[in-house]
Amino acid sequence: MEKYLVGEFDNEYDLKDAVSAIRNDGFIIEDAYTPYGVHGLDNAMGLKPSRLAKVCFGFATLGLTVALWLQYLLSAVDWPINIGGRPWNSVPAFMPIAFEVTILFAGLGTVFSFFLWRKFKIAKRNYHPSFIATDNKFFVVIYKGEQRKPMSSAIEIIHQFHGKKVEA
Amino acid sequence: MDNVVNSIRDPQIFGNKSLTDVTEDVCNVMDRKPKKLWWIGIILSLSALLLGIVAVSYQIATGIGVWGLNKTVGWAFDITNFVFWVGIGHAGTLISAILFLFRQKWRTSINRSAEAMTIFAVICAGIFPIIHMGRPWFGFWALPYPNFRGPLWVNFRSPLAWDVFAISTYLIISATFWYIGMIPDFATVRDRAKNKMKKFIFGILSVGWNGSFKVWHRYEALYGILAGLATPLVVSVHTVVSFDFATSAIPGWHTTTFPPYFVAGAVFSGFAMVLSLMIIARKTLGLEEYITINHIENMTKVIIVTGGIVTLSYATEFFIAWYSGNGYEQFVFLNRALGPFSWAYWIMVGCNLITPQFFWFRKIRRNVLLVFILTIFVNIGMWFERFVIIVTSLHRDFLPSAWSTYSPTLVEISTLIGSFGLFFTLFLLFIKFFPMIAIGEVKSVLNYRGRGGK
Repeated sequence: MEKYLVGEFDNEYDLKDAVSAIRNDGFIIEDAYTPYGVHGLDNAMGLKPSRLAKVCFGFATLGLTVALWLQYLLSAVDWPINIGGRPWNSVPAFMPIAFEVTILFAGLGTVFSFFLWRKFKIAKRNYHPSFIATDNKFFVVIYKGEQRKPMSSAIEIIHQFHGKKVEA
Repeated sequence: MDNVVNSIRDPQIFGNKSLTDVTEDVCNVMDRKPKKLWWIGIILSLSALLLGIVAVSYQIATGIGVWGLNKTVGWAFDITNFVFWVGIGHAGTLISAILFLFRQKWRTSINRSAEAMTIFAVICAGIFPIIHMGRPWFGFWALPYPNFRGPLWVNFRSPLAWDVFAISTYLIISATFWYIGMIPDFATVRDRAKNKMKKFIFGILSVGWNGSFKVWHRYEALYGILAGLATPLVVSVHTVVSFDFATSAIPGWHTTTFPPYFVAGAVFSGFAMVLSLMIIARKTLGLEEYITINHIENMTKVIIVTGGIVTLSYATEFFIAWYSGNGYEQFVFLNRALGPFSWAYWIMVGCNLITPQFFWFRKIRRNVLLVFILTIFVNIGMWFERFVIIVTSLHRDFLPSAWSTYSPTLVEISTLIGSFGLFFTLFLLFIKFFPMIAIGEVKSVLNYRGRGGK
């Protein structure tokens, strides 16, 4: 708690405006805590776009390759069976399964990566016992140190946007 | 905060709720002792389920000879039920994924329970092909795993093998999507739970969620990706189901219009089922301010559109049968409309063509009781659509000497009733033990008319 300053707000707009103002003043925003995904807060906090989409594409490519390769291997190489005179490697007929497996790999792989990012522990536990952001409170956590201005000016901004400082 | 209110738009949620009100209203449903109506519902559905279990056990012990199938009609009740339940599932994914991608904010109050409905419907659907195998304990043979029979692999060119992959992928991805969507709400339930046991269970389910925005940021990316994956998936699933018929050489099945026809029909029947369930749920749980009359009206509009596509498909089928000049094809369609199963055909046409037309009237769209009755008719009509497609195409085939008829036995009817029992049991347990409205998502649309409305 000594390392952080915590401000509490009643709605997303005050939080968003305060976060922008605090960040513009040169403070480091450690994190914000909100009951729902606030639209536009990522820009206010300066978060980089998530790389999950690229991860998803990687897993999708893997799924497609595995599915096509496996179907080819099993129906054309390992034990070819003549079914209605179709070619051993009937790629068009392999497409539905290839598609489903692609989706399966992409979905599960992305979810797995999401959990892996925090080693299956989505978030660090609370900074403070009264700090519960799953109901109706919005919090901003500011890292102390390295900033040019005194912490009092951050507290001022919090007050300016109808927020209050959470006492340790 | 400035109070800009757009007076043209209705609010998404009625009753001028605060953030805490949403938490309390939704969580209270889980805390309260269930009403009498819930107990009546669960007893009825458990009895139906029991009947189904008895019927299926008898069928497995005796063999599928206890069904009314014969060598001409080799597929009937069982596959009808399978296609019916898979179709029901489609509305859930449409609401949760496609409406999400289209930024339709009204989905927030209904998406959670619609997704739950999807999963339960797919579970019900999955039972039918498995019991149709006759020896369900060998059901895993449908999967390509290294075995001591050669290894002899599954036939990847067969639509039935495609089905295995499509349905299981659909079940896994929908369940994942559902769970991911519930994590923030599990945390809300955990944080306000007084009961230690509940805190512990929801603590595990919420994997340490505490509302950190850095996590929200990734979470929203993940949610968008899953929605993007579920959208083509849902279209592919019913397409593959329609391939079971369309890739065969049976007149009445062998048509290229089947995939879009089946997908539209699935969404049509699914929305009818969502509406029936939501109307019951909002009434019995007192959630009228969350699942508002506007939600009901929006869903009926989807029914008009998909009902229109279904109507067009019926007309197209007849036109193509005539235009193809193929005698067998023409016979099948005339036989459908005028033959021994014409009663089923006209029930289907009556329910699926006429019912949605009532929804053109705003007065009817906003009359909850009428909407409920009409959606039941849509459900009946869509069940008969699958029955008509499957049985009428088979029962009079190429050789008149092989012509036959079909009527379901008691075992088959009991199995159908049992699947409804399973579906409603799961749904009633879900609305009792899980947050049935997406708390976090509803909170984000409370300011829909103010600065939140985009």
